[in-house]
Parts: sequence; structure tokens; C-alpha cells
Amino acid sequence: MAVSTDPIDGTRLKEQFPLLSRDVHGKQIVYLDSAATSQKPLSVLNAMDDYYRTINSNVHRGVYMIAEEATNRMEIARSLMRDFIGARSSSEIIFTKNATEALNMVAQSWGRANLSAGDVVVLSHMEHHANIVPWHMLVAEIGIQLRWIPLDAEGRLDLTDLDTLLDGAKVLSVTAMSNVLGTMNPVRTLTDAARKAGAISIIDGCQSVPHSATNVQDLGADFLAFSGHKMCGPTGIGVLYGREELLEAMPPFLGGGEMIRDVRLDGFTTNDLPWKFEAGTPPIAEVIGLGAAVEWLNGVGMDNVRAHEIALTEYTISTLHERFGDRINIHGPTSPLERGGVFSFDFDGLHPHDISQVLDQHAVCVRAGHHCAKPLMKLLGIGATARASVYVYNDTADIDALADALDATGAFFTL
Amino acid sequence: MPGLEDLYREIILDHYRNPRNRGELETPPAHRVEGFNPLCGDEIVLYLDLDTDGRVADIRISGQGCSISQSSASMMSAAVKGKTVAEIDDLTRAFKAMMSIHENSLEGAETTEPIDAPDVKLGDLEALRGVVKFPVRIKCATLAWNTLAQGIEEASA
Repeated sequence: MAVSTDPIDGTRLKEQFPLLSRDVHGKQIVYLDSAATSQKPLSVLNAMDDYYRTINSNVHRGVYMIAEEATNRMEIARSLMRDFIGARSSSEIIFTKNATEALNMVAQSWGRANLSAGDVVVLSHMEHHANIVPWHMLVAEIGIQLRWIPLDAEGRLDLTDLDTLLDGAKVLSVTAMSNVLGTMNPVRTLTDAARKAGAISIIDGCQSVPHSATNVQDLGADFLAFSGHKMCGPTGIGVLYGREELLEAMPPFLGGGEMIRDVRLDGFTTNDLPWKFEAGTPPIAEVIGLGAAVEWLNGVGMDNVRAHEIALTEYTISTLHERFGDRINIHGPTSPLERGGVFSFDFDGLHPHDISQVLDQHAVCVRAGHHCAKPLMKLLGIGATARASVYVYNDTADIDALADALDATGAFFTL
Repeated sequence: MPGLEDLYREIILDHYRNPRNRGELETPPAHRVEGFNPLCGDEIVLYLDLDTDGRVADIRISGQGCSISQSSASMMSAAVKGKTVAEIDDLTRAFKAMMSIHENSLEGAETTEPIDAPDVKLGDLEALRGVVKFPVRIKCATLAWNTLAQGIEEASA
């Protein structure tokens, strides 16, 4: 297999991630669970630390200097995020607790205002629970109907009947990249089809935004939800991008401080976007940390991140197949161009819990379980998988360590 | 720091590779009950045949899961066959006391005896004691027992 040029030296980048120098069970950690959460570079940790040490104060309405500076830094982070995903205006960047909250916000606010009994929402078989359950809740509450885009044998969306599925639909809500299969979906094709059918499109970008350049205009998405902690930022912060006219027309989600313009005894009026959807004191340090993460990723270059992961994906798939042959089954598309660096696998007929337990003894961190995608697990006919996932700071040595540890795992259970 | 040998004792691996009482029983007379571990997708299907004296005449286990849940189910099936519901209740409480005693304690706590566990010999099941050092796996070990308790309750109802 031809080896792609890798513009990034993951080994050198590791130096910027303090956690990656620690030991686990006496060995240097091999972190292969970035699809669950990424590690954080020093610049992100410093930005948050600096906020608490020097300008900690509540944002907006403070007329003293440090409050103005805190507000300023928070809004700079919003501008950075606007540019990072190609939004037209900062008003379109809503900071949420996480991607799950962002998806729930669309379902609860846009959904309850615009959907009624019998209306159709189209999802896919590879969705994360966060893009299934909010719609199930509207099935129970309003009586909407769900339709599901099926998958082909390699774990790609089967779009043969897409137009039929979208016929009469009000919403298409799909992931840009599967957190189990690694499949990267043809988002533009999906959003174009949705628009043609008169449906709005919501994209779950949790696995795509951290790993490849994102431009919401190119994606043609009405909404894009993603989390901060998977893209080198802190936990407790996510983003909902929405087209301004849609957000303007939506009722508020949570009520309280910040989201209001006026409160009277007989009612309230809402604040302007984006604050209309940011009730209460926001996660200020987390927003600032996420801004620092965006700056860090911009420094590396998102096209370089993607190229690095294509190279690492080639290396991972070829290494595991060469070393283990039929003993390993890696789910999802085989071409690195159709997938991201998420590798769910079955190995030696062993249970994922047992695999990850032994890997842990070799300081290799992988995830085991249903990955919050039980409908997909059922479709694959399995209860759980082990999943290794890579990011910008991983290198071929990490993959070699995974292979060595898998070798040891096989030996341990077959003795 | 607990090592793999604390978790995967040889007797556990033996029950995992050669599970006892694997299979199904005809229902009725046997009672069928399912248990799930939503965290990891493990599932157990338990077939329980209680005789008129309230004794386990026969037991069979199917389903899928990790070595800990499978071996725990296998050892349990061997331990409860021929026992009365009351004896099984004591055994279950003793086993769960062994499993949960460290559940909320800090790492390094070395309490060895359950506080209010019945005085019952756990035999091979003692091999699972190491699981408490791996808190995430405790639910794997207790899945079969919770399912058995549910099955007995349903079958006796």
C-alpha cells in the first residue's frame, strides 16, 4: 500500500501535551481514545489557568476592567470559532454544555416550535444516542415519525432510497462521521437532498470538526453540533452553529439570566443572538480554553491534521492486518479516504472488556463498549467492540504499541 | 497496584474457556430469565428448573459476555445446583458482600471480611475476589447473580 505523506510529526507534538508524558503501570501512556475525548495542549491549560489567576469575573454587565477583559476574551473565542467553521456571524455560534445539549436544543426549541404529529425526521443507523434520543422524546411528546437511512456492507450510508426517505420530511439529522465505524459521510449530498425535499439539515460534527477542515457554507448545514473536549479543548463546552434566520425564529431553550432583554411581572423579552440561547453564567474558562484550542489547531492546520490521520489510518489498518490476519476484524470502510482514525475491532473472539483490560496493563488506552450507538451495534450483530482512535499527537509507535499489546492479549487468553 | 493476575485467576480463565452448564432448558417446566449489563452490552439468558421442594433441579446458561461475567455465571451455576432457594439467598448475599465491600472505599483499603455476610463457604467463587480491585468490572461479576435472583423471584411467584 502506498504510504501517504504525513505533514505532522506526532511524536514531536506529544511534547505539547503534558498528560502524554505520564506513566501508566510503569510504562509511558499510549493514548488511543481521542474519539471519546482528546488530550489538551499546554496552551489550552495555560489559557484557562490564566483566566482564573488574572481576570476571573463574571462576563457581561461588569463595568470594571477585569470583567471587561473576561467578556472580551470570551467573545474573541466566539469569533475564533466562527472563523474556524466558516460561519457568517458570531451570532450563529451558541456555546452549550456539550454536543448533546446542542442537539437537544435544536430538537426541543426548533422541533417543538415547528413539528407536529406525523411529521417526519430522518436519521441514520449509525447515529450516536445523542442524535437519537432527543427525537425519540419528540416521538413521545408530539408524535413525530422517525425514518432511518440504512448502511451498506462496509458501513457506509446506503443512499439508494434517500429521496424516498426524505419525501415529506421536515428534518434530516445525521452524523458527519461515525464514532464507531469511522465512516465519513457525504454531508453535502445529504444536505442538498434535504433542502430539495424541504427539510432542514442538522449535522452531528463531534467526530468530524476536530479532525478535518470544516466550513458550514460548504457543508450546506442548517445546524452543526459538536463538542469542545474532542478538539483539544476542555470538557463542559460544546457548540451549536445555526443559520441566523433559523435561530432568530426559534423560541429560547432555557430561561434565566443573560438570555433576556427585559423581565416584567407579566413576562419577558429575549436577548439578541447568540446570548438568547446562553442562559445563566456561561462556562467562561471553558470558552476561553476552547478558543485557545482553536488557535492551537489553526497553528497546526486542519488540512495537515486530516493528512496526518489518513497516513496513520493507512498504517494502522495495514499493520493490524499484517500482524493478525483473520484474527482481527476492523469495522467500517477500508479506504483511508472514506474514513477517519476510529478503529472498532473484534479480536480473537475476545470480549472488548477483556481486551481493553489487558491493553491497559500495557499502558494502551482504548475504549470498550457500545460507544453510545446501540442501534448500530444491533445492526452489526454484536454487543460491544474495542475501539482505538487516533489524533494529531499519535504516531506509528503508538500503533506498534497497540499491536504488541494485542499480541500479548491473545497469548494471555489462549494459554 | 493490582495486576492482571489479581483479576484473571486461573480458575476464572478455566470457567471462561470451559463454561459449565452452558445451554438451554425446555420452558416450561424451566423458567427463562434474561439479564443485561447496559454498560457493556453483556447479556445472560438463564434457565432455571426449581423442583417442588424449592431446590434448583437444573440450571443452564446462555448469552454472551466478557470472561468475568461468563466465568461468574459458570461458577454460580455449579454452586447453586441442588441448593434450596434459602441456601442460594445466603450464597448470593455472601457473594455480593465480597463484591461490593470495596465498591465505595478508597484504593488500598484492605478490608477482607464482609460486614453482614452469612457464614457461607464460597469455594471457587473466592477466585472472583480480585474483581473488587477493578471497580468497573464488578457489574460484570454480579450480572449472573442479579439475573438468578430475578429468576428465582419470578419462578417462585
